[in-house]
Amino acid sequence: MIYLDNAATTLMKPPAVPEAVLSAFGHLGNAGRGVNSAALDASRSLFSAREAVAELFHAARPQQVAFTLNVTQALNMAIQGLCAPGDRIVTTAADHNSVLRPCRMMRDQGAEVEIVPCDKQGCLDWQAMENLVGDGTRMLVMTQASNVTGNVYDIRRAAKLAHSRGALFVLDSAQSAGHIEINMEALGIDVLCFTGHKGLYGPQGTGGLCLRPGLEIRPVLSGGTGVQSYNPHQPPEMPTVLEAGTLNGPGIAGLEAGVRFVLEKGPETIGRRTAELADRFLVGVRKISGIILYGDFSSPRTSTISLNLADYDAASVSDALYENYGIATRAGAHCAPLMHEALGTKERGTVRFSFSWFTTEAEVDAAVKALTELASGQSA
Amino acid sequence: MSREEPERRARVILGQKERRVIITFFQTADAMQMEKVCRDKGIPGRLIPVPPAISAGCGMCWSAPPAARQALEDAMQSAGISCQGICEMEI
Repeated sequence: MIYLDNAATTLMKPPAVPEAVLSAFGHLGNAGRGVNSAALDASRSLFSAREAVAELFHAARPQQVAFTLNVTQALNMAIQGLCAPGDRIVTTAADHNSVLRPCRMMRDQGAEVEIVPCDKQGCLDWQAMENLVGDGTRMLVMTQASNVTGNVYDIRRAAKLAHSRGALFVLDSAQSAGHIEINMEALGIDVLCFTGHKGLYGPQGTGGLCLRPGLEIRPVLSGGTGVQSYNPHQPPEMPTVLEAGTLNGPGIAGLEAGVRFVLEKGPETIGRRTAELADRFLVGVRKISGIILYGDFSSPRTSTISLNLADYDAASVSDALYENYGIATRAGAHCAPLMHEALGTKERGTVRFSFSWFTTEAEVDAAVKALTELASGQSA
Repeated sequence: MSREEPERRARVILGQKERRVIITFFQTADAMQMEKVCRDKGIPGRLIPVPPAISAGCGMCWSAPPAARQALEDAMQSAGISCQGICEMEI
């Protein structure tokens, strides 16, 4: 199989990732639950992972990094934990359901939710954002990169706007972490939500959020923490406030290995490598008659590319790529309904290609060749 | 890496349609049970992306030859699999 669905999850991991997960079994106890060597090793392992994540995102200190099961859980914690009924929340049409649905849940509870539209290339309407993020807005929450088009948005500008109106800026880095250097202090990110299993090359079931110091957050979950057992409420200190129950120790050990791989290579180096693969793919597919590309190709991008072939529906093309050539892509709506409305692909969806550090030029060329053959009706 | 399916690696010709029974599900877990049941019973078919004529979603559905429809419905009933819809269409 040629795996070109790395925006969904990176299939190939650095060898250190599965090694770290395996090594955790029979080695790590339950973090924060005692001072026997197994429990302490688990606590040390978690702290080391916090250090790695804090270094990657320039979080103020490791204690400001809380681990979750995924970025969706992190975004829910940020949105529900920092907003209340009556608050005004602004997000964008570029966002994934991991942002849109928690926002709508807050709207159902009495919050006011506004959505910044995108044009037919998936570009944000900045004037609308200026208008919608008015004084009294509680939060601007948005993705750094579209999971459909791969377009990267100017989050420095968005954060500056949010802060000028007294709002918090919350970032969904699901599609950008590991591809782009993200300095949360320099960019003015109040809460950075991340997933472990995509550009950070960690296992599924890992993710988290980095909070700016001084930001008080209500926990969505409460429960055992190993500390303050006689406190009837969830302890308020980071990261404990967001970490009720036993964490995914083996998974987070793997996540640390993935993050250290990204730190060693550097997000910019990884981003450059995957951008070269995406450019190679683009050069090839642009020669194919009937290819329709989606997004803005004149501004910064990740390596994610969405397309359609002539008037074939995306599901058929993706199915043919897999069944005839063994090329795995993603077809359909990509959990970003408003982006598909903007692009005009609500009915047919798109076929999404996304590359990783481990994708080879030969795999990219095979995908171009397959699309060329499908377009000409000479499928393998 | 390969997928193990009763009806495997069909050659897909874009634009060439054939009549199929399409079964959609409310959730992925039901589709997984459907695949397992069909595999166990030797009922033909495979999971495909949901055709846009049915839904603009991003899920999967079971696609099988029309002749297998009764066997599919019997298998779903005996296994207690609930589906969102079942239809025959050209895809």
